[in-house]
Amino acid sequence: MSPALLAVQILNGLDLGFILFLVASGLTLVFGVMDFINLAHGVQYMLGAYFAAALIAWSGSFWLGLVLGAAASLAMGLVLEWTVFRHLARAGHLEQVLATFALILIFTDGVSMIFGAGALSINLPPSLAQSVSFANGFSYPLWRLLVIAAGLAVALALWLLIARTRLGMLVRAGSTHPHMVQALGVDIDRLFLLVFAFGAMLAGFAGTMAGALTGVEPTMGDSVLILAFVVIVVGGVGSVRGALIAALLIGLVDTLGRAFATDIMSLFLSRSSAASAGPALASMLIYVLMALVLAVRPSGLFASGD
Amino acid sequence: MRTKHRLGISCVALMAATVAAKADPVRIGLMATLSGPASVLGTQVRNGFMLGVKELGGKLGGQPTTITIVDDQFKPDVAVARVKDLLQRDHVDIVTGIVFSNILMAVEKPVLSAGKLLISANAGPSPLAGAACSPLYFSTSFQNDTVHMAMADYANAEGIKKVVLIMPNYQAGKDAAAGFKHDFKGKIVDEIYTPLGQMDFSSELTKVASEKPDAIYTFMPGGMGVALVKQYHQSALVGKVKLLSGDTVDETSLPGIQDAALGTISASHWAPNMDNPQNKVFVASYEKAYGAPPSFYAAQGYDAAKLIDGALRKTGGKVDIEALRRAMDGVPFKSVRGAFKFNNNGFPIENFYQVSIVKRPDGKFVTKAGPKVMTMAKDIYSGACKLPPR
Repeated sequence: MSPALLAVQILNGLDLGFILFLVASGLTLVFGVMDFINLAHGVQYMLGAYFAAALIAWSGSFWLGLVLGAAASLAMGLVLEWTVFRHLARAGHLEQVLATFALILIFTDGVSMIFGAGALSINLPPSLAQSVSFANGFSYPLWRLLVIAAGLAVALALWLLIARTRLGMLVRAGSTHPHMVQALGVDIDRLFLLVFAFGAMLAGFAGTMAGALTGVEPTMGDSVLILAFVVIVVGGVGSVRGALIAALLIGLVDTLGRAFATDIMSLFLSRSSAASAGPALASMLIYVLMALVLAVRPSGLFASGD
Repeated sequence: MRTKHRLGISCVALMAATVAAKADPVRIGLMATLSGPASVLGTQVRNGFMLGVKELGGKLGGQPTTITIVDDQFKPDVAVARVKDLLQRDHVDIVTGIVFSNILMAVEKPVLSAGKLLISANAGPSPLAGAACSPLYFSTSFQNDTVHMAMADYANAEGIKKVVLIMPNYQAGKDAAAGFKHDFKGKIVDEIYTPLGQMDFSSELTKVASEKPDAIYTFMPGGMGVALVKQYHQSALVGKVKLLSGDTVDETSLPGIQDAALGTISASHWAPNMDNPQNKVFVASYEKAYGAPPSFYAAQGYDAAKLIDGALRKTGGKVDIEALRRAMDGVPFKSVRGAFKFNNNGFPIENFYQVSIVKRPDGKFVTKAGPKVMTMAKDIYSGACKLPPR
């Protein structure tokens, strides 16, 4: 294994990690601030990708479609909060899980009825659909580098927002002492609306970034949702910093596991049993990681209130 | 004498048909993957089958026909529960459809041990072609390995020496690897198996770049294929490592892959341009009914409907499993792929063609069959099947 190969695989891991961070940051805030379990967060990831795909096709411009798609995700978040989530905010977790699961079914089927069950594509402009070459013959797709850059930018912006602004202070306070915040006269419903819509926009943006790589299809949010929950549980519910660290950790473990598990297994096993044991082990690794983290730190790496 | 004899038979058949028409509707269970990312394949199989039924006025073999459509959800355990419903609740005589090999491997026992007919309209797992073959099993598609053998022949002819395989980790992925390896004369540098449903191939493509083969060979049905082909085209592998595929770039994935698919070479037993009258009717009416070009999945579904219809006409509408089975052995229909025979294991003996991708003037992408690469090919497992020729 050459260092260059390892470096590119680490980039792949960061790439997945930042996509997961974009999804998980909204989810962890909604879960942390409002104690709200939103299974429909994956749907917002999927809807964002469809909005962008449709708007790019409609406007004929990639960048305009990207911006309009993010705006549409934000609007969708506001509408969903206003029509559905607001009414569940004080309900129990079971009601929230059932209602948001229903939203998954409704939106997944709705989207397949409108756009078909097959994959659509977000076509990158030719200037973006190419690779950047490094030394010693390796190269990396430009779009994946942009995903990493966008993830970094969002992480920085979120940190500034949460650590340096009054709104951020309220979000932090709301995640640890919601009743006290309310008692101080803060409209926690409006806070929730903002956090929720912002989370929906980030999820939609993540869906667009990923959709340009993998294609856009109605169930694309399902697997991401599970990974995003793993991320927020590992990172600590309600902690954006935890979501960032955990997302990168999960992204790296998953990608490096897939890349090297078979090779590492073949040190101990025959080639053919390594070929079957490797992928099986690789797909388990992140759950093993979650179990280990929870065994040592039951409320995650950065439990809110730490 | 002979004429009289025949006449006698058809008289009896006619009487049987009249009796059957009153008492005995034909009950068919159509199982396909109709939800999730893979549902685009199942939808095509169902559409093709139902188009065939509709053309026959909703009556297969001229008989009242009930068709129960069930969704296997791409989960073998769900499929087993659904197929038991079909057999015990709906009392079906024939189970057809079935897109994925892992689903077929889960339902073949319940169906065949109940003595019912099983007609696969897509899945072609190797175990059922070999020692575990059954006289009650028929396929209107192909044995999984065969397409990939044809592609290996193509790779040999192109002078490709080193190949990395990227396959989904399930029965059909393993069959695809086995089929390719069976015919490929060069060296397999690496075999990468990915979880079924994986959409991000960054790690695999990076690995390929470090292994520097002449080509990647892959089988990624549905959305997985869209993702892999697109990511390949964004990578620096283009121009250095060729991407060869079987059952990956077709009318189900082309709307997603689009222009990136142009130049792709594949192999198939069917494409919309197959030149025979029944195919022209099929392609035209499919596009009219569903607004999109059919894929080979739809063609196989359509053929399954026509096979059942033809067999019922031979038995005079009588739903007798033994009689139906014997009628099916004789290929009582005209396949949209042209030449078609059943091998001893119930899989087709058929031609394979080199397939390219064409963008039509209306902007839709279709596959186009070119030169024949395998003539009346039999699968490599039929020797292990102890059944006599059909």
